[in-house]
Amino acid sequence: MSHHLVELKELRHTYPDGTVALDGVTFTLKHGESVGIIGANGAGKSTLLLHLNGYLVPTSGEISIGHTPITKETLPEIRRTVGMVFQDPDDQLFMPTVFDDVAFGPFNLGLSGDAVEERVTSALSKVDAGHLRDKPPYHLSGGEKKRVAIATVLSMEPDILVMDEPTNGLDPFARRQLMRLMKEFHHTKIFTSHDLDMVMELCDRVIVLGHGRVRADGPPAEIFSNQRLLTECRLEKPLSMQGCPVCGMGQKPAT
Amino acid sequence: MSTIDGAILDFKRLDLLASGDTGLHRLDAKAKVIVTAVFVLLVISHDRYELSALFPFFIFPAAMIAAGNLPFSYIARKILLLCPFVIVVGIFNPLIDRTVILHAGPLAISGGWLSFFSIITRSILTVGSAFILLALTGFTGVCQALEELGMPRPFAVQLLFLYRYIFVLTEEGGRAARARQLRSCGKKGMGMGSFGTLIGHLLLRTWQRAERVHIAMLSRGFDGRFHSGRQSSFGMRELIFVAGWSSFLITLRFMNITQIIGSLVTGRLS
Repeated sequence: MSHHLVELKELRHTYPDGTVALDGVTFTLKHGESVGIIGANGAGKSTLLLHLNGYLVPTSGEISIGHTPITKETLPEIRRTVGMVFQDPDDQLFMPTVFDDVAFGPFNLGLSGDAVEERVTSALSKVDAGHLRDKPPYHLSGGEKKRVAIATVLSMEPDILVMDEPTNGLDPFARRQLMRLMKEFHHTKIFTSHDLDMVMELCDRVIVLGHGRVRADGPPAEIFSNQRLLTECRLEKPLSMQGCPVCGMGQKPAT
Repeated sequence: MSTIDGAILDFKRLDLLASGDTGLHRLDAKAKVIVTAVFVLLVISHDRYELSALFPFFIFPAAMIAAGNLPFSYIARKILLLCPFVIVVGIFNPLIDRTVILHAGPLAISGGWLSFFSIITRSILTVGSAFILLALTGFTGVCQALEELGMPRPFAVQLLFLYRYIFVLTEEGGRAARARQLRSCGKKGMGMGSFGTLIGHLLLRTWQRAERVHIAMLSRGFDGRFHSGRQSSFGMRELIFVAGWSSFLITLRFMNITQIIGSLVTGRLS
C-alpha cells in the first residue's frame, strides 16, 4: 500500500517576515501509521501540517504523498487523499447546516444525489451525529462541532487523516469519544497535540519538533522516557507515566 | 440592560422558530418570499398621508403568526427594537408639514402627523413581515429562494457567510468587550482610544479567520463553485398560496376596505 506514503525531504519554510518555521524536516510515514507530532508552542507543528495538503508551499525541500509530489496539477488529488481537520471547528463548519457542510466535500468531488446522501449519512453515523443533520453549526456544542468537523472530512473518504490539536477544548467525555473514533480510523493518521496522554494512547510513533527541526522520532514509550529530550523541548511525561500525586507511588505506563 | 450576547441568543431563537412544522413552514420558501415581497411593495406604494388604508394589511402578518404558530410577543418585541430608528426618521414631519388636512372633532390633524404615523405603521408592517418570513423559513431558506428566483449566486453565498459568521464574530467581540470592561475596574478604561484598538484587533482576527475558513474550503476541494443538492418543490399548494394572497393583497391596495366598511356603517346609521 505504498501509495499512502508521506515523504518529506529537507522541508524548509520561511514566512515572509523572516521567521524560519521549518528548518530541514525529513521523515517518511508508511500506510496505516498513527503518528503524533509534539513540540513546544511555535515549534512548527501547524506550519508542517499546512504543507501536507499543499496549502503552504515549502521554501525549499520536497514533499510527496504516495510518490506524487505536491504541485499545482496534483493538488486536487492530494486534497482528496489528505483529509484535514482544523483546530477550531468554527473555521471548518461554514455552511448553513450540518448536512450541507458534510456534503460540501463530496459535491466538490463531483458526486451527486444519492452518492452524496450515502456519504453524508455514513460519515455522520461514524461520528455519532446523525441527529444533528439539519441543525445550523452555531447551535452545536463544542464537542458536537468537533465531531461534525471530522465528519466533513470523513465524507471525502481520505486515505490520510491530518488533525491539528484534536482534543483541544473538549470535556473528558467528548475527548474519550473522539479518541475512540480516531482508533476506528485505520488509515494513516497524523496529528499534533499537547495532550500527551492521548498521544501515548493512540500513536505508535511520535515525532518531536523543536525550532523547526525533528528532534526525535520513535515509539512513544521510548520518547517519553527520555527526560533530557523532554525538558529541552519544553515537554513532560504524560500524566499516566508520572507518579501518583496522592501516594507517591510510580505508575506503570498506560497501555 | 440587554447585552450583545443576549441579543444574539434572542436572534438564534428566530432561527429555531424556522424549524417548526406547520403547513406554512413546509411551504416552499419561494412562495413565502414572493408573497412577502408583494406585501412589502404594496404597503410602501401607498400615498404618504395614507393611514386608514394601511390597517387592513395587518391581516397578513396576523394570519401568518396564527397559522405558523409563532409567539406574538416575541415578534412584537423584535419590531419594537426598531421603533426608535423609525421615530428618528419621521419625527421632523410634524414640525415641517403643518398643513391641517384632517379634522377629528375639535382636533386638527396636520399632514406631518399623518405622514409620521403612516411611516410608523408601514415600518411595523414591513419589518414585521420580514421577521415573520425569517421565522417561517429560516435565513438559509430565504437565501436559497432568492437565488432560485434569480439573485446572483455570489450574493447568496455572501449573505449565507455573513449570517454564519455574524454569530462567531459577535461572540468574539463580546468576549473582547467583556475583557476590557473587567480590567477597567468601573472606570472608563482608556476611553475611546482602547475601543479603537479593540475594533482594530477584531478586524484583524476576522481577517485571519477568513483565511482559515478559506484553507478549510480549499482542503475540501473547493474550486469556486457551490453545489447544492436541494430540490425545489414549487407545487400546487405554493401556487395557490401565492395567487391567493397576492390577489387578496392587491384588492386591499386598490379598494380602501376601511373606507368602504366605514361608509357602509355610516350609511346604515344615517
